[in-house]
Amino acid sequence: MFIATPRNGLAPVLSVEGLRVELPGARGPVFPVRDISFSIVAGETLGVVGESGAGKSMTGSAVLGLIDPPGRVTGGLIRLNGDRIDNLSETQMQAIRGRRIGAIFQDPMTALDPLFTVGSQIVETILTHQDLDAKQAHKKAISLLESVGLPSPAQRMEDYPHQLSGGMRQRVVIALALCNDPELVIADEPTTALDVSTQAQIISLLKDLCEERGVAVMLVTHDMGVIAEAADRVAVMYAGRIVEIGSVHEVLRKPRHPYTRGLVNSIPRVSRRKASLFQIEGAMPPLDATPSGCAFHPRCDFAVDACSKDLPPLRAWDGGASACWLPVDESPLDDQSLAPRPADYESRFQIPDAAPLVEVDQVSKHFGSAASWLSRFTARLSSGVNRAVDDVSFHILRGETFALVGESGCGKSTLARMIVGLHPATSGMVRFGGVDVAGMRRQRRFQMVFQDPYASLNPRWRVFDIVAEPVRTHGVDAGAGVARRVHEILEKVGLSARDADKYPHEFSGGQRQRISIARALVSEPELIVCDEPTSALDVSVQAQILNLLKSLQHEFGLTLLFISHDLAVVRHMADRIAIMQGGRIVETGNANDIFTRPAHSYTRALLAAVPDIDVAIARKAPPDHGLKLNRLSG
Amino acid sequence: MASFVLKRIWQGLLTVLVVAFVAFGLFRFVGDPVMSMAGAEATQRDREELREQLGLNDSIPVQFVRFVANAATGDFGISYRSGRPVSNLLAERIPATLELVFLGAGMALLFGVLLGIAAALRPRGRLSRFILTGSLAGVCLPTFVNGILLIYLFAVTLRWLPSFGRGETVQIGVWSTGLLTSSGLRSLIMPALTLALFQLAMLTRLVYSEMTDVMQTDFIRFCRARGLDRRSIFFRHGLRSALMPVVTVVGLNIGSVIAFSAITETVFQWPGLSLLFVDSIRFGDIPVMAAYLVLVSFVFVLINLAVDLIYFAIDPRLRVSRAGAPAHG
Repeated sequence: MFIATPRNGLAPVLSVEGLRVELPGARGPVFPVRDISFSIVAGETLGVVGESGAGKSMTGSAVLGLIDPPGRVTGGLIRLNGDRIDNLSETQMQAIRGRRIGAIFQDPMTALDPLFTVGSQIVETILTHQDLDAKQAHKKAISLLESVGLPSPAQRMEDYPHQLSGGMRQRVVIALALCNDPELVIADEPTTALDVSTQAQIISLLKDLCEERGVAVMLVTHDMGVIAEAADRVAVMYAGRIVEIGSVHEVLRKPRHPYTRGLVNSIPRVSRRKASLFQIEGAMPPLDATPSGCAFHPRCDFAVDACSKDLPPLRAWDGGASACWLPVDESPLDDQSLAPRPADYESRFQIPDAAPLVEVDQVSKHFGSAASWLSRFTARLSSGVNRAVDDVSFHILRGETFALVGESGCGKSTLARMIVGLHPATSGMVRFGGVDVAGMRRQRRFQMVFQDPYASLNPRWRVFDIVAEPVRTHGVDAGAGVARRVHEILEKVGLSARDADKYPHEFSGGQRQRISIARALVSEPELIVCDEPTSALDVSVQAQILNLLKSLQHEFGLTLLFISHDLAVVRHMADRIAIMQGGRIVETGNANDIFTRPAHSYTRALLAAVPDIDVAIARKAPPDHGLKLNRLSG
Repeated sequence: MASFVLKRIWQGLLTVLVVAFVAFGLFRFVGDPVMSMAGAEATQRDREELREQLGLNDSIPVQFVRFVANAATGDFGISYRSGRPVSNLLAERIPATLELVFLGAGMALLFGVLLGIAAALRPRGRLSRFILTGSLAGVCLPTFVNGILLIYLFAVTLRWLPSFGRGETVQIGVWSTGLLTSSGLRSLIMPALTLALFQLAMLTRLVYSEMTDVMQTDFIRFCRARGLDRRSIFFRHGLRSALMPVVTVVGLNIGSVIAFSAITETVFQWPGLSLLFVDSIRFGDIPVMAAYLVLVSFVFVLINLAVDLIYFAIDPRLRVSRAGAPAHG
């Protein structure tokens, strides 16, 4: 069997051979991790990338010995610097976790115990594994907090987790992972829950600390940008298997496996704008319905007969390996080799008339001014009101995509809610087609698509009723016309009329977001507000949804207000952009100008923080590859 | 912190005032107090005199203020039934009820939390299933059935424990206690157990479900990833988080323990406040009813205030002002 080893001949810190994880399912056991092998050497970062359900987090849990029963490891060997750790007892594993293997989890908001100070949690972890007295441990904890870049670490020791921001908490989690000088760190989506600018800091901090200490890192993420920035090698997982593994530079620039190619191509880039994103049709198969042969073959454009029959082995090429029956294609990735498919609309139509559809005029929203007299009396010292949105003015033209961009807490969602009349403005006015929104009662002229497709659909309603609701409440249509309209719209968003009788839980995240879009479209609105519509979705599904929104916009002449923190997505979607910070708009302009000539320092900082795959790959290029890259970044 | 406590005290005072108003309304408007007090043989003049003496000729707000002022000094008037000051009657009965309630609540808290923890330690184990099934029975059986079953078993069949009353009591100052004599202690066991059973069973289930929930959370998983040992994860990190909602429920339920003590005191003829209250309802002894209402609401408010303070002690997130918390958009 092929064991993917790093290039240099160093003994691996972590080596995994033929790992297999089994979970009991309703119809027999399922295998979230199937026979995977890889290794990591000291000071190296292996990125494990894949979409949800690929088995990447499960692999990390298996190495940590943290697979919750009834799941279990049913095959394979895991070695940590030569010692087998897959067959150890729980007590023996305790001595390894936190000591020889450090862990970083996704959400720093929930990873720390809220009832203990940051310091006491670090000291506790040190004392559990090392023979130090409390004083030495305390000293060590302070120096750790200093090394992860927390200002005035001695005071931070006494803070409770809720007193720190998300980025600071993730720094604390990194300190916890490193506090006993581990040989290996497993970082499971360490930046996913963070803001863009914090993400970049955390990634470089983690990378620097681990390189400096010679720690091997297994970096599990769904974000190719993070992989490009932080990893030395990457393993791409699909349906429980590694389909491709190799150096980041090779794999991202010249992906050999069709899945990796599709994945890399479906990522929107900050550096350039394409008419539409490449999209892989369908979604990852559920665990109990993994296709035979190569699990990717039903979605693969290049599939041949052999793909559905036999499992392709990992075949080595120079610097990596991929599991595909097709001959290894060495041609570098570019847009021509994989032409985007739904190219049935122009790349960008001109905005015909410049009449503003929405005018936002000196709008502010203040929270917290309506507290009771007693709390006002007793809390006179505190600053009082929270200016969520502060004196904001802009307009949205008919037919354009206007993007509000900012980090969490900047007020962009509050502003969007005021535009559709869900929040009254504290001062100022929003006009829709020249009419004050505050006075409008039935608002079928604007609709919203929300971030979380799991929370935004009523789980007890059939899809038909969910989609038909806006029509019914606004009385646009009646009787049999409603049914026809709903079926029509469902087909427009890429679902079928039969789906109308199903319930939301029968659909994947991407399909649910299509239902949300159908619901928004059905009452023929003029404006659709999309509040982070793809941030809960996988990359390949995100590409499908973004393409869908663009083609629907073209077909129906919709105006889109697009709210996002993801600059690459905004780059792909928006005509004009407003950048928000602390409730104010710091910069407004054409998308192209903002991305190429940002005027405000905050905009520049945001742009600099976005992990750009092309740039990162170029930076990682071995010297002899440098010239060829010009073609890519152009 | 200070503002929070002040706010809670203010809210508590309001609550007591509202209850006092209801109690006052009972006294003033349910039946005629003069008729009840003077009896059938009193002349019209006697009644006028009594009316004047009780202040019933003043305006309603003045009467209410006087009622509250008197209540604040412990003066709830004269019992219609015994003709003695209500405060004296209450003072005689309070020790019996408090001893019963605190022993019952203490038993429920101690055994409920212990059994809940034992069940949560191995959620799929045999002990856990046994405890949970038992607790279900405890939640389902009404208090009076529990009491009667206990009496049948321990008093009638086995003859180990007395079936009613407080046994011998010892007077310490104003406090008459049953805790210092063996007959007093033996008399206390069954009523306290009866009172405790429902709460005990409910707490067991609550602690179990909170504990199993907490053990699924990210920070517990992260504790495991840090290599902490099982005991420290379970007791130091898990239990402390799980006990937060338990504190709320216990605070609210000490109130209902007082309420349930009416049933228990009736079943066991326990000479406590609730029995006095039940008797006063039977005889239309409105001053006693009014005093009982005010007293119980006051105890409720005190307990809730204590719960809020305990929250402050165990949850650091409450200690900083909300203005200092990081914002989320």
